[in-house]
Amino acid sequence: MSVSTTHAPGEELLLTRETPVQRRRVRAAWLFLTPMLLCLALVAAWPLLRTFWFSLTDANLADTGGGTFIGLSNYLFHNGSSWSGILVDPQWWNAVRNTLHFTVVSVGLEVVLGLLVALLLNIKFTGRSLVRALILIPWAIPTIVSAKIWSWMLNDQFGIINHLMLSVGLIDAPLAWTADADLSMWAVIIVDVWKTVPFVTLLMLAALQMLPSDCYEAARVDGIHPLKVFWRVTLPLLMPALLVAAIFRILDSLRVFDVIYVLTSNSSSTMSMSVYARQHLVEFQDVGYGSAASTLLFLVVAVIAMLYLYLGRRQLEVRS
Amino acid sequence: MIKLKLDNVNKQLGGARILRDVSLEIAAGEFVVFVGPSGCGKSTLLRLIAGLDSICGGDLLIDGRRVNDLEPRERGVGMVFQSYALYPHMSVYDNISFGLKLAKTEKTSLRERVLKTAQILQLDKLLQRKPKELSGGQRQRVAMGRAMAREPDILLFDEPLSNLDASLRVQMRNEIARLHDRLGSTMIYVTHDQVEAMTLADKIVVLNGGRVEQVGSPRELYERPASRFVAGFLGSPRMNFLPVRLQTPGETSLVNTLVWGITALPFDSTNLAAGTHLSLGIRPEHLSLKAAEGTAGVVVTAVEYLGSETYVHLDTRLEEPLICRCEVSAGWKAGDRVELLPDIDNLHLFAADGTALKRHPHAIETLPDGVLLSPARASAL
Amino acid sequence: MNLRLLKKALLRLGFWCLIGVLLLYAVFPFYYAIVTSLKPSSALFEVSYWIANPDFSNYAAVLSQASFLRAIGNSLVVALCVVTLALFLSLTAAYALGRVKFRGRGTVLMMVLGVSMFPQVAVLSGLFEVIRALGLYNTSWALILSYTIFTLPFTVWVLTTFMGQLPHELEEAAIMDGASPWVTLTRVLLPLLWPALVTTGLLAFIAAWNEFLFALTFTLTDTQRTVPVAIALISGGSPHELPWGLLMAASVVVTVPLVILVLIFQRRIVSGLTAGALKG
Repeated sequence: MSVSTTHAPGEELLLTRETPVQRRRVRAAWLFLTPMLLCLALVAAWPLLRTFWFSLTDANLADTGGGTFIGLSNYLFHNGSSWSGILVDPQWWNAVRNTLHFTVVSVGLEVVLGLLVALLLNIKFTGRSLVRALILIPWAIPTIVSAKIWSWMLNDQFGIINHLMLSVGLIDAPLAWTADADLSMWAVIIVDVWKTVPFVTLLMLAALQMLPSDCYEAARVDGIHPLKVFWRVTLPLLMPALLVAAIFRILDSLRVFDVIYVLTSNSSSTMSMSVYARQHLVEFQDVGYGSAASTLLFLVVAVIAMLYLYLGRRQLEVRS
Repeated sequence: MIKLKLDNVNKQLGGARILRDVSLEIAAGEFVVFVGPSGCGKSTLLRLIAGLDSICGGDLLIDGRRVNDLEPRERGVGMVFQSYALYPHMSVYDNISFGLKLAKTEKTSLRERVLKTAQILQLDKLLQRKPKELSGGQRQRVAMGRAMAREPDILLFDEPLSNLDASLRVQMRNEIARLHDRLGSTMIYVTHDQVEAMTLADKIVVLNGGRVEQVGSPRELYERPASRFVAGFLGSPRMNFLPVRLQTPGETSLVNTLVWGITALPFDSTNLAAGTHLSLGIRPEHLSLKAAEGTAGVVVTAVEYLGSETYVHLDTRLEEPLICRCEVSAGWKAGDRVELLPDIDNLHLFAADGTALKRHPHAIETLPDGVLLSPARASAL
Repeated sequence: MNLRLLKKALLRLGFWCLIGVLLLYAVFPFYYAIVTSLKPSSALFEVSYWIANPDFSNYAAVLSQASFLRAIGNSLVVALCVVTLALFLSLTAAYALGRVKFRGRGTVLMMVLGVSMFPQVAVLSGLFEVIRALGLYNTSWALILSYTIFTLPFTVWVLTTFMGQLPHELEEAAIMDGASPWVTLTRVLLPLLWPALVTTGLLAFIAAWNEFLFALTFTLTDTQRTVPVAIALISGGSPHELPWGLLMAASVVVTVPLVILVLIFQRRIVSGLTAGALKG
């Protein structure tokens, strides 16, 4: 570990050794990392492996270790006459569709709104820091609480949203936001967008402030229209930060649980993959089946995360 | 007594050789300055001695003991960093005493030592202040105090004055010199500033490209540079180099100097072949000027007035213009035609590989009168 | 000339309108929760935009519920323990990852980043088994342990970023003074990291305070529940008759401290969030 050889062209081999200080620091580094690694192994790595294993068994919640190995039957199974398993469960595919629907719409809205708000708050004006602090409020409110507040505001009989829309004349009868199958997904999206736009705004603001100001001065001197400057200069320069924010949000949205659970509980029109998995795990006590659903969700997230890491590395390479 | 010895020390980082076969002896109580252009390996060498970087090959001995594998605190060295690196959250007292505390020094002697150090560095009244409440010079002194507090035998300075403004730098330079006289400890000092090197050092080590070019007292290095590199590195304005050709090799060389024609110079060139290209070095202060008549001599292209002296730039139609250091009263102007008179005792002759030719000890030859050439004749040669 | 002035004035007006809309959008729901919570149950079903006659009966009702107070206590204990644990574990880890060059450093960082992307539900069944095996089911310890899965990667990541920004020579000075890595960390670097610790601790606290899925799954009885679960489970006589006033009062009680923290530490939180996201 401490001795390695390096060879420069035309030179004799030399031993590259570490100083005692460096050796001690590397030893200390591993020692310092151990508690964290142990903790993550206990709460992340091991449970994940167990989940994979459960997905191949018929374990139930009362006795998770007592399941027997049944291969991939939780995923797909043919009993001679018909197929069963998650992959042919219409409920699961409904959950997948819902999750994707939710992710695409809410992340899209969040990124666009976040960028617009960031551009607005990037303008210098008196009271800017107060406004910045105030828009953080939705982010600080617990998801459960914001879901409750919004479900009160969206209440079909007494909700202020319906009241407003009625008095303006947008609708002529109150809408059942959280119960109506056509509207409930929109209700979920409204709440999620409200809560997470501040986060995206913050990232965008930070990125905006790192942009080189001389580009803009040059553009202004040349008399280029501000909109053109935005499309040609600002947006391309913001792209990396925008992508990071979008991927963070995509990963979060794919595992969405709290908002949906509280706002619309087990309604099938909003059920996400996480809600589906937890329902089978905890409510139906079918650990094997639920774990199989969790595993599938994990795989989807892993593929996207890998894509992100790959893109991130590519970007680093381009930059250097 | 030899305090510190480097024996064929090598350092390699990645594929790059940073230091090649550096051998050096430093006596106890000596003030040694490592000097060289940036990237020459001088800071790395200091860090190897400190124990912050590893030695890839060769030995480092302190008091005759091999210390390659010892930690910095076991080597008995203290170090002053370029950026001072004071602990921002600690008072001056705590900064100075931190190392002593870690060494489990007994309380009363710790206090005594800190106070003594502070007194030497005139920090007595600042002991309770935080670094951010100090001026640049005071921070510099605290950094020295921290390095000194454990009374190391060897004090290392890594370009300690480069963050100070010019006037403060001169003042701190004097303080460091006084400190060395007072403490008598061995000091190793890295700088790229030749004035610091010349004024502070008992011994200068000139490094270039990871190799030691020359070791010696400031005067030795200035007056008898071992290579063209050292000759050009020390001295400002730098030494003039004239391309010359060896006419007749021997203990006294006959050299075709282009400017002065064929001249006998007191350098031993027995090993070289006739016709070899050499380089003649003359410092600006070792040239004098005389008004030339008619179209003879060379033309003054520019005059730089510095108050106490002037630098006269001369067009010799050779590689680069010559610079001559003159008294202000001489009153040369651009466009004047002058004859060049070199000081024969202070010439240097370098082989094509840069090494200085050995000066013949009993050289008595002097420049014959009337060898001065016009540029027209020089170019005809 | 006048036209240009007019245009400028209109632009300013439009700008301030936008800011107004933004603020309304951000703040109104919380404000409306406060309005609702201050209404007696008789006035609940008339929509109003202002606080006319503040009535604190909902707060009195919420704060007299032993189980709700208990939930606040549980949430506090859990969040504080998680913050302490995560900060301690990540401080040493961040020193290793941020200041020491060693083989495997990149791999460890990637692993940490990977864990932060886990869907929580993916470890739910495995974690459930671990918690039951350790005998922690339906205790606060189950939550403290399981919350490290999302707090730890985050705190490690942010503290590593902050740690890497401290000057190199400071640590070398400590080495010359004879400090071991532990002493360097605790006595030289730690005192300089306080601002970063406050930031990360605050973010971890908020994350732990808000967590719902684990809290819902790993606790069973009223005495062990945390605030989000308690609020989610507040129900009225029938599913269609939620006690909205009470619910909003509870929401305001658990949110006001967070909002105050966020307003005070706004700058720090922003630096922490962006350090975690952009500099990776």
